[in-house]
Amino acid sequence: MRVRFWGTRGSIPVALTSADIRDKVALALLRADGRRFASVGEAHEFAQQHLDFALSHTFGGHSACVELETGRDEYFVCDMGSGARPFGAHVLARQSGRPATVNVFMSHVHWDHIMGFPFFGPAYVAGTRIRIHGCHDVLEHAFRLQQAPPCFPVEFAQLAADIEFVKLAPGRMHEVSGLQVTPQPQMHSGDSYGYRFEAQGKSVVYTTDSEHKLENRTQTERFVRFFHGADLVVFDAMYSLADAISVKADWGHSSNIIGVELCQMAHVRHLALFHHEPSYDDAAIEGVLKETRRFEELTRGTRALRVSAAYDGLEIDV
Amino acid sequence: MPLDHHLYDNTLVLAPSGRLDHDNCEAFREELAPHLERSAKDGTPIVLDLSGLEYVSSAGLRCFMLAAKQAKAQNSRIVIASMQPVVAEIFQIARFNLVFEAYPRVRDALAALSPGAAAAFDKG
Repeated sequence: MRVRFWGTRGSIPVALTSADIRDKVALALLRADGRRFASVGEAHEFAQQHLDFALSHTFGGHSACVELETGRDEYFVCDMGSGARPFGAHVLARQSGRPATVNVFMSHVHWDHIMGFPFFGPAYVAGTRIRIHGCHDVLEHAFRLQQAPPCFPVEFAQLAADIEFVKLAPGRMHEVSGLQVTPQPQMHSGDSYGYRFEAQGKSVVYTTDSEHKLENRTQTERFVRFFHGADLVVFDAMYSLADAISVKADWGHSSNIIGVELCQMAHVRHLALFHHEPSYDDAAIEGVLKETRRFEELTRGTRALRVSAAYDGLEIDV
Repeated sequence: MPLDHHLYDNTLVLAPSGRLDHDNCEAFREELAPHLERSAKDGTPIVLDLSGLEYVSSAGLRCFMLAAKQAKAQNSRIVIASMQPVVAEIFQIARFNLVFEAYPRVRDALAALSPGAAAAFDKG
């Protein structure tokens, strides 16, 4: 399985400013320290090898949208945040005019998780099949509502694709076009659901917009079982632990510390920090990543947990 | 978890030791509770001497957070001193360094809270 991140930002999309770009270029020039590059390739090589990721790249600003590529002809994607727009362009380019079948799995219907759908190109192509899976009763209502006047010029009913809403039962394994899918209820305003995906002996857990109450051992054990042995866990690490259990308690999000602890308890192989705080710049997210890797090192038992910070465009093979 | 305590003038020094994690955090909270109650009654400031604390998990950090919240609600003070390097790193990563005043040594914490307590500490 290949996991491709189209949107990784929490709550609202963000964009680099002109000042951000200016500062990155200025710092990169300083780091180059007078080097001369004979080609763009050489300059790329320098940027890749010698500059911090936060300087030479960006974590991106699209809200949640994560694709799972299983090798099948159909598409599988978690959430329709603003990352659904470039994901849709990818689908259209890849299909070259052939109608696509897209299976969507919705964590919940808060705005940042549905806002990309009106800009999802395949929804406007006749013959496209879109099956939107989720556990919320309000799933279809939310998708229709955001395209109702006066919010958007194209009503949901005008979309050319064949769109179907599929209700899933939490805690039960479902077979969706060869992919085994198990939703799990999570603590978030209006409820959210994580998904465990299994295919070809590999497993990926997508768990965003989920708060973990430390005093609730039953909940902790439930999530350890849900994560158990996963090859990859995509985890909502929006806040610091101190914020998550004090000023931002009950805001429905979690921290890098809890992500590491749960993944260690569940013998997960790879943790991807996700749903980045919108006020964090690239350097701040890279700082959180470095600290999280250090925390994993300090608390490591017999096996190491790989830690990454998801960014728009990242691909992880499991 | 053993919770050694010592009163220097008007300031209480509490010293947890070993590991503080999911398995013993509730016991630690129970040990801490009467000291926080006393602090609420007579305003006794508290220094948590963490020189003997080898490791703290998120569950342990939560206990510290609850203590800090309670102290703030009752207008008393609770500060931290003598963290081992690993615990200090965990505090930093979890941003608990923004929640607690932390001092390198117990003597420094006492001096910041009460000159009388620092003098009592010096006398031994």
